Amino acid sequence: MERIPVQEIHRTLRIQIFRHNPYNPASIPTLQDFALEEADAMTLFIALNEIRQTQDPSLQFDFVCRAGICGSCGMIVNGRPALACRTLTRDLPDDIILAPLPAFELIGDLSVNTGKWMRGMSERLQTWVHRQNLEQIDIDGLEQAMEPELAEKIYELERCIECGCCVAACGTAQMHEDFVGAVGLNQITRFRLDPRDERTDADYYELVGDDSGVFGCMTLLGCEDTCPKDLPLAAQIAFLRRRMAVAGL
Amino acid sequence: MQIIYTDVLVIGGGLAGQRAAISVKRRGHDTIVLSLVPAKRSHSAAAQGGMQASLGNCVGGAGDNEDTHFADTVRGSDWGADQQVVRMFAHAAPKAIRELAAWGVPWNRVQRGEHEITVDGCKQTVVETDAAHGLITARNFGGTAKWRACYVSDGTGHAMLYTLSNQAIAANIPVHERMEALALIHDGERCCGAIVRNLMSGEILAYVAKATCIATGGFGRIYRVSTNAIINEGMGAAIALETGIACLGNMEAIQFHPTAIVPAGILVTEACRGDGGLLLDGANRRFMPDYEPEKKELASRDVVSRRMEEHIAAGHGARSRFGAHLWLDIRLLGRTHIERNLREVNEICRYFLGIDPLQDLIPVRPAQHYSMGGVRTDHRGQSPQLKGLFAAGEAACWDMHGFNRLGGNSVAETVVAGMIVGDSMADFCDSADGALQMSTALAESFAARERQRMAAIAACRGGESAFELTRLMQDTMTGKVGIFRQGDQLHEAVATLQELQRRTGNISLRSNAPGANPELVAAYRLPRMLKLALCVACGALQRTESRGAHYRADFPQRNDREWMRRTLATWVDPQAELPILTYEALDIMRMELPPGWRGYGARDYIDHPDTIRRQQVIDTVLAELATTDRHQRQAALMPFIHLLPEHLRGRNQRLGEE
Repeated sequence: MERIPVQEIHRTLRIQIFRHNPYNPASIPTLQDFALEEADAMTLFIALNEIRQTQDPSLQFDFVCRAGICGSCGMIVNGRPALACRTLTRDLPDDIILAPLPAFELIGDLSVNTGKWMRGMSERLQTWVHRQNLEQIDIDGLEQAMEPELAEKIYELERCIECGCCVAACGTAQMHEDFVGAVGLNQITRFRLDPRDERTDADYYELVGDDSGVFGCMTLLGCEDTCPKDLPLAAQIAFLRRRMAVAGL
Repeated sequence: MQIIYTDVLVIGGGLAGQRAAISVKRRGHDTIVLSLVPAKRSHSAAAQGGMQASLGNCVGGAGDNEDTHFADTVRGSDWGADQQVVRMFAHAAPKAIRELAAWGVPWNRVQRGEHEITVDGCKQTVVETDAAHGLITARNFGGTAKWRACYVSDGTGHAMLYTLSNQAIAANIPVHERMEALALIHDGERCCGAIVRNLMSGEILAYVAKATCIATGGFGRIYRVSTNAIINEGMGAAIALETGIACLGNMEAIQFHPTAIVPAGILVTEACRGDGGLLLDGANRRFMPDYEPEKKELASRDVVSRRMEEHIAAGHGARSRFGAHLWLDIRLLGRTHIERNLREVNEICRYFLGIDPLQDLIPVRPAQHYSMGGVRTDHRGQSPQLKGLFAAGEAACWDMHGFNRLGGNSVAETVVAGMIVGDSMADFCDSADGALQMSTALAESFAARERQRMAAIAACRGGESAFELTRLMQDTMTGKVGIFRQGDQLHEAVATLQELQRRTGNISLRSNAPGANPELVAAYRLPRMLKLALCVACGALQRTESRGAHYRADFPQRNDREWMRRTLATWVDPQAELPILTYEALDIMRMELPPGWRGYGARDYIDHPDTIRRQQVIDTVLAELATTDRHQRQAALMPFIHLLPEHLRGRNQRLGEE
């Protein structure tokens, strides 16, 4: 390949966007129609900014890195949760419908409060290394050794970007607002794998051993289907469920 | 108006801000972190390739230590850095990484035995030792003598930020998300907190604090083509500038990263080249060895970016619908390596370019990447002009990067600065200086000023668009204050930016939606961004030499005789059209490493008369010393340990060092 791939034909896209401003008492939720000329290498990040700059300056959405790594821009793109910044319009049909992720508090239009939800999940599941005297560790001496494969396995699970796609795609999360979601269960498996964390399965059982935790999962697997980082969520949840079933005996 | 009280207000929820908050909290002070976005979405997460710390565990890093890290960093800075600060940093970086290792970062580890590596386009075999097995490994990066960039695949910043954020949650540190600081509250001598806008509801509130820390990262978004996240608009530096008291340092020192993908401007990590990737031109020919025989693709970023643009200007670029560019070739690294160690790069190529980096070349061109300049502080992070104001990380200029930052020194700086500045703020709170006496009327008056600014925007019928003017500013900066700078173009840039600043007075809104109102946000940020842009452009115009990333085509030499000076910008009169620039001297007679050739890049520079004198002093001091102990030899030239907080003074242990 010695060319940047470009599309030969540019379309006029019809983009319907969910609109609602909870801070405006007069606002009624609606789908608003926009027409937009497609450009080379256009992503939904570029498309939405162009709509805001040229058609409707009040349009709300969230982007930060616009490179697919920060998890800010999860939204429903033609019925499926996805990261908008790395979705190229050339991969979408002429008609595009954009809606905010369900299960999160709506800030306005396509912007939802995933940050508040994720902080709540972290506090509840205590998603940090638990170790005695962590404040007194020797930072002058050699670090504790770790098997290279284990470090890579932990990173595999640590790649989660807390975008909320798995929660939006989850049947249980839609019905049960306390459900910690695949994002939460994955983090438990991440810390469970980490020898630096001194917690036992009995401790983890206290955190996720009920139907707002691992036993709430109905194995619909919307999480794994939509995870932008291709995390092995189904396997992690199945594994954790077996461990927690044993711990609960 | 709601007023929230705390001991230490940290503005910015990235690595530097959160690490500082953890230090403050450990010392028993109350702290609140403000963040434009959920903290884990901060731009720190975008750091890919690595964190420099001289652990020296892997074979490529064998023999590494603080001395080498120090020398690499000073050479990288083109002698613009504060050498004491570089020493403090190089000494504390191993501690910072070991702390993060204990906290949970899954650093890649040394695997004993044979490994195939790619050097200079060829395969070589190295053998890692048994003793190092399981310790933190490192990869090669530009401008370094050793493999020193410790990494977590190519998601280093992500892993660091998640671990650190989780520790901040564990420490019960509140992060007030989607909050933007609009102004620092001060009485002319002391900073007392900030006026803040809630970016969900639009509400204005005040945070009153004994110490306030700016940790808002860089300001790359004043440029059109930047690898920076879209939140990197430099509002922290701008509100410090708007105090009229605090200074910004070296704002003209802007780094351009060699490998941003075309056309999106998204970064692909320096690790691509560190791990053995090559740069090719439009004829698929490797060109860097022609320009830089010593370091080739792995010279410092300023040098590689300039050589790339030079090569394009000579007509050797590849042509595309998006303009000329060059190619990054990582095909030679092989599938296993790319899928394990460059997985973000792999994803970025697939999603944003629709290409497979195993088979295809990656289109790249340099793009704005990093702000070496920022809020000028002393070596402990405090503003020398405004008491109670601190800064850390990319937003600060305590000045460890001078005129060019080395790859991997940025995330390392964030955590080291967080440790040091956090401690420094705790000391300040504990001291008599920390006591805060202020009237809430002061907070009210600053809030009233901000409300008035917004009301003026809402009432204006001038017809200018904030989005359009922002675009014009970005075009001006990318077009005229870029990699190659020239007096006439800089003059034009300054004039254009001034004109744009005047036009901001006529910005009117098409939407008056309650709540955050993104159009209003763009409108009130733009005048501040323009002030930063003017500091950059004026600084670049005044600095009639080339140093590090600041390159003047009309003054191509580094001129130590005239320019061993750091630029300081203030904006005293809010109505003024331009910043006031003053200069502070860098004293060669106090340097451990006097100016010289960097080991790559241009060899011709104009010496300062002190350079030879200082070298003579150094030679004499070292000749008279009876010891070969490197610590004692260093201390004889430029003592620094006393500048560090006590718990960061210990010697770093290494394999093979006692």
